[in-house]
Amino acid sequence: MLSRVAENLYWLGRYVERAENTARIVTVNANLLLDLPQALTLGWKPIIDITGSEESYSSNYPDYHEQNAVSFLVGDFSYPNSILSCLNLARENARTIRDIVPREAWERINELFLYAQEQLQFGMSKRGRFAYLREIIQGSQTFAGILAGTMNHDAGYEFLRIGQMLERGDMTTRTVDVRSASLLPETESELLPYENIQWISVLKSLSAYQMYRQKMQVRVRRADALAFLLQNEHFPRSFYHCASSVEASVRRLPRNESVRRTLSRLKRSAKSTNMQALADDHVQLHDFIDRLQIGLGRVHSAVCDTYFLTFKTEPELTD
Amino acid sequence: MTIQWKEYDAHGCYDELMRGPGKPRRVADALTRYLASLDEGELRAVQTAAELSIKEQGITFTVYSEEGGSIDRGWPLDMIPRVMARTEWSRIESGLKQRVRALNLFIDDIYHEQRIVKDRVFPADILANSKNFRPQCIGVSPPFQVWAHICGSDLIRDKDGTVYVLEDNLRVPSGVSYMLENRQVIKRVLPDVFENHAILPVDDYPSQLFDTLASVSPRDAEYPEVVVLTPGPYNSAYFEHAYLAQQMGCELVEGRDLMVGDDDVVYMRTVDGLARVDVIYRRIDDTFLDPEAFNPDSTLGVPGLLRSWVKGKVALVNAPGAGVADDKVVYAYVPEIIRYYLDEDAILPNVPTYLCVDEKSRDHVLTHLDELVVKPANESGGYGMLVGPQASAAEREQFAELIRRDPRNYIAQPTITLSTVPSIVDGHVEPRHVDMRPFILSSDDIQVTMGGLTRVAMRKGSLVVNSSQGGGSKDTWIVDEGPN
Repeated sequence: MLSRVAENLYWLGRYVERAENTARIVTVNANLLLDLPQALTLGWKPIIDITGSEESYSSNYPDYHEQNAVSFLVGDFSYPNSILSCLNLARENARTIRDIVPREAWERINELFLYAQEQLQFGMSKRGRFAYLREIIQGSQTFAGILAGTMNHDAGYEFLRIGQMLERGDMTTRTVDVRSASLLPETESELLPYENIQWISVLKSLSAYQMYRQKMQVRVRRADALAFLLQNEHFPRSFYHCASSVEASVRRLPRNESVRRTLSRLKRSAKSTNMQALADDHVQLHDFIDRLQIGLGRVHSAVCDTYFLTFKTEPELTD
Repeated sequence: MTIQWKEYDAHGCYDELMRGPGKPRRVADALTRYLASLDEGELRAVQTAAELSIKEQGITFTVYSEEGGSIDRGWPLDMIPRVMARTEWSRIESGLKQRVRALNLFIDDIYHEQRIVKDRVFPADILANSKNFRPQCIGVSPPFQVWAHICGSDLIRDKDGTVYVLEDNLRVPSGVSYMLENRQVIKRVLPDVFENHAILPVDDYPSQLFDTLASVSPRDAEYPEVVVLTPGPYNSAYFEHAYLAQQMGCELVEGRDLMVGDDDVVYMRTVDGLARVDVIYRRIDDTFLDPEAFNPDSTLGVPGLLRSWVKGKVALVNAPGAGVADDKVVYAYVPEIIRYYLDEDAILPNVPTYLCVDEKSRDHVLTHLDELVVKPANESGGYGMLVGPQASAAEREQFAELIRRDPRNYIAQPTITLSTVPSIVDGHVEPRHVDMRPFILSSDDIQVTMGGLTRVAMRKGSLVVNSSQGGGSKDTWIVDEGPN
């Protein structure tokens, strides 16, 4: 497998996953805002923070009104991590390696981009938004499904999975980080219902709510939610699961020693940390999340250095 | 709509299927009868099915747009095939083989002793002013003395039925993927006709191409590593590059995937590390191949590639410098070239060609611009040419000036009224002009595609068939009529 092709597949996986995750957090935040009392409303700033794009946002938009934030995250072509930009980049990556990507998959990503572009107006409207974002999420899921079901599961597929899972793990840590920093102290009992709603929204944005209930069989509490999202081995969007999936893919690649070393260090650090302690201390939690993200960055660099043509520094999601 | 052959009139052009209104040629008899038997709905369904499968299969051709971007558009395929009898084709086939054999000997001679120049058959000053002569190639001896392993020669037929060679594309000829795909599509939409005809197959081209490439491998390996080198997805023929790589089971590489080591061997960068490359089917022009040897600004190429080729560590197909024979001035000498190297008369005639570098011819050209087609010696794709009878006075004046300024770079030919083939236009059948591009593969053996790519000028009366100029294409049938 050519290094360039491997790199293309890696980014294809990342961009599609990024589009999907962005669609998820926009959906859930819009829903959350409807449930919270005005006084508690944190609006859209935390979402812009999650995506690490505070700087490019504030230079182009005057405030954090919903309309502005949503058009930035969904349809702004000048912002490289908007849904539209991600789908466009994913499509360009797929087009470049059309001889490798199964035709149905190429057609799906092509259609999805065209849908996102043509229906943008509809998606910006309050009524249309839900259906529009659901189409993006389902389209991305279908794309991943087509690849899983039709593409040779050779090295190329592993690179796609590595990109997808690194991106997913990254977005999970970001979601947890921003949400917990803006949360209320757990002790003030009159605000407890809202604390719950906020954690439920965190879980929902990662499609984790139902799975959490099944697995943890407790009400939604901060420490449990953190443990589920960061350490659970079975939930496909938990950080630990994402890191393990990357590891499983890397094991099937040649010359994988340095990437594997980086990964096992990261997994150990994720697993061995006590969530109860972090739940009570924002600063500690933030430091912990920071370490996880730096760890993901190291994995990314190790993959680039070992397998790709050019060392590509992560150009977007930077803090 | 239904097809009424009695109403079909090619207006004095040679039509490939019809001798006259209502009178099909023998070779097209069954096809025309079948087409006439389709009712309106069926006919529409066939054309729609053909268009649809083009779209679905993503058979595209990139057209450069004026804004500098490019668009991928479907390659229009007309459902009515062009048909030729095998007996006629066999003669053309031997003519093409003869031509390519002679051209390869010519190129090899040009980069060695230049006997043909010393014997005063080919003028030294034409060579001296050739844009595609590469001094870097002097003294290199590729296997089998073959430089142009893949040649696409354009054939046209005049009013009287004579088939001429219009040009030989010896650099990076494209179009063969459309020939292969057209057959797939037409087989799907006209299966009845295939059952009742002996239409000779075309689909072994990718394996013949692979064999040709493998046969020039410098390493005696059982499975030489063959790659297709593309300028990338923004190139107009990227679809074809990807298609051929896929069909041959080779890697499709870009310049940045390759590197030349200190051992002068070419390697590709893979996830397993560096892997040796034996043969490169390059779809990049000479001047972009290697920034060390040619255009230093080229980002498409591979530094050191030419050095590796000169040292015999890698095979480049077509060989650099092969384009020296792909020059419309050299073209005019092909009949002499055939006589000189093979001691034979050319089987296929050239279109009469006026070399503007010759003073007498130039005067003739300048006074007859309204009758002639003027072409630059080294362009391809129909760019930069003048079709005299259809040009405005101002355009003709502009070309007259160009010719006076740089006569070596221009040739002129009489306007040939290309033959026509019935084509579906807005729901009925009209004659449209066509040419034909067969592909000739040369290494230890010479093979010619069965037929070739038939290109159609889709605009009424237009004689320009180039895909980059709004042309379409047709499936091409070589039909074995059997004895009698």
